[in-house]
Amino acid sequence: MIPGALREAVARDGETIVYVPREHLLETMTWLKETPGQEYDYLVDVTAVEFRDRERPLEVVYFLRSLQRKADLRVKVELESAGELSVDSVVGLWRGADWLEREVYDMFGITFTGHPDLRRILMWETYAEGYPLRKSFPLRGRFSRAEQVRQALNANPEAHYSMEELSIAEAGGDLPDDMRERLRRGERGVIPEPPRNP
Amino acid sequence: MKRVGEVHSSNYLLAKFHDLVDWAVNSSRANSLWPMPFGTACCAIEFMATAASRFDFARFGMERQAFSPRQADVLICAGRLPFKLAPVIRRIYDQMPQPKWVISMGACASTGGIFDNYSMVQGIDTIVPVDVYVPGCPPRPEGLLYGILLLHKKIKGESLFDAVRRRDEQPLDEKGLRLPPETIDEISEPFGNSIHQFRSS
Repeated sequence: MIPGALREAVARDGETIVYVPREHLLETMTWLKETPGQEYDYLVDVTAVEFRDRERPLEVVYFLRSLQRKADLRVKVELESAGELSVDSVVGLWRGADWLEREVYDMFGITFTGHPDLRRILMWETYAEGYPLRKSFPLRGRFSRAEQVRQALNANPEAHYSMEELSIAEAGGDLPDDMRERLRRGERGVIPEPPRNP
Repeated sequence: MKRVGEVHSSNYLLAKFHDLVDWAVNSSRANSLWPMPFGTACCAIEFMATAASRFDFARFGMERQAFSPRQADVLICAGRLPFKLAPVIRRIYDQMPQPKWVISMGACASTGGIFDNYSMVQGIDTIVPVDVYVPGCPPRPEGLLYGILLLHKKIKGESLFDAVRRRDEQPLDEKGLRLPPETIDEISEPFGNSIHQFRSS
């Protein structure tokens, strides 16, 4: 175990919750994933909590599961709402964290340093009213209904997607080999070769 | 049903030309409406039930569902519409050839329903003009069929020659809105249980 990484451990309702300081998150997660005997190889969910009590810090919650050991663990990082809302991204450890962290960023405004593509995912990219799940966010949004309708109607639907998401050629390089092979055989159409970087 | 003309014997009919043309055109339009389903939520399930064999809206001339707006007459918005989909439904509506009609199916499409929040359009009539509102959460298939029959009635009352009885589609204004901003604010006002929640809370 990494010294100073464990702030507090709670067992509640049959779940183990581990509080980790922000600066130790990435090394703790790496340790949890790669140490024999831990092997938390599956990241179930990333989410965040802001409490009604404004004194309490925001929490970023990671749900980990070890498929080998059939064990669950919750890891929490506390962030002072007045301070800088950012934690290290764990996309490097679990690829599945990509969209989960984007959702937390979209709804809470928490930035994940090191995330490869931190954009809004549920709200459109030009959404200007703030972060909807924060307690300071009014239920019906900050703008008047007419302004919301105006902005929505003037949005360009195609702009919600990056060029990479719209292009099969770009995605080709990310697919596993067996799927590429199946696609090449023509089972589900032909996949173009990914562009080579010069 | 409007009376078109008088049958004088078994051989001829005396009618105004305008009435006869309106009758022929409107009957054709009303009895072969091609719906463009825009299903976003649970109302779409009831919509599918309406389309399937038990209720079968093909009995009312909706034999073919047009999944392309270019070949559709009536847009049926079945389900709540988030702001993110507002430009999409507007574009689908703009792509439909005239004459075209819109049915707003269910409480959410008509008023925003229970979703009186930051992400939901408070009634699709702020985005596209609506001809028939079908209430319900979701409406039963009988409700949607009744709405379709009301639309038939409305279409049969239109006239090619009378601009008052025919509404032509207006494009969005220079602000990109269909209605004046005050009107949108007014029809988006909370009602029912929502009035207990303040805008700022």
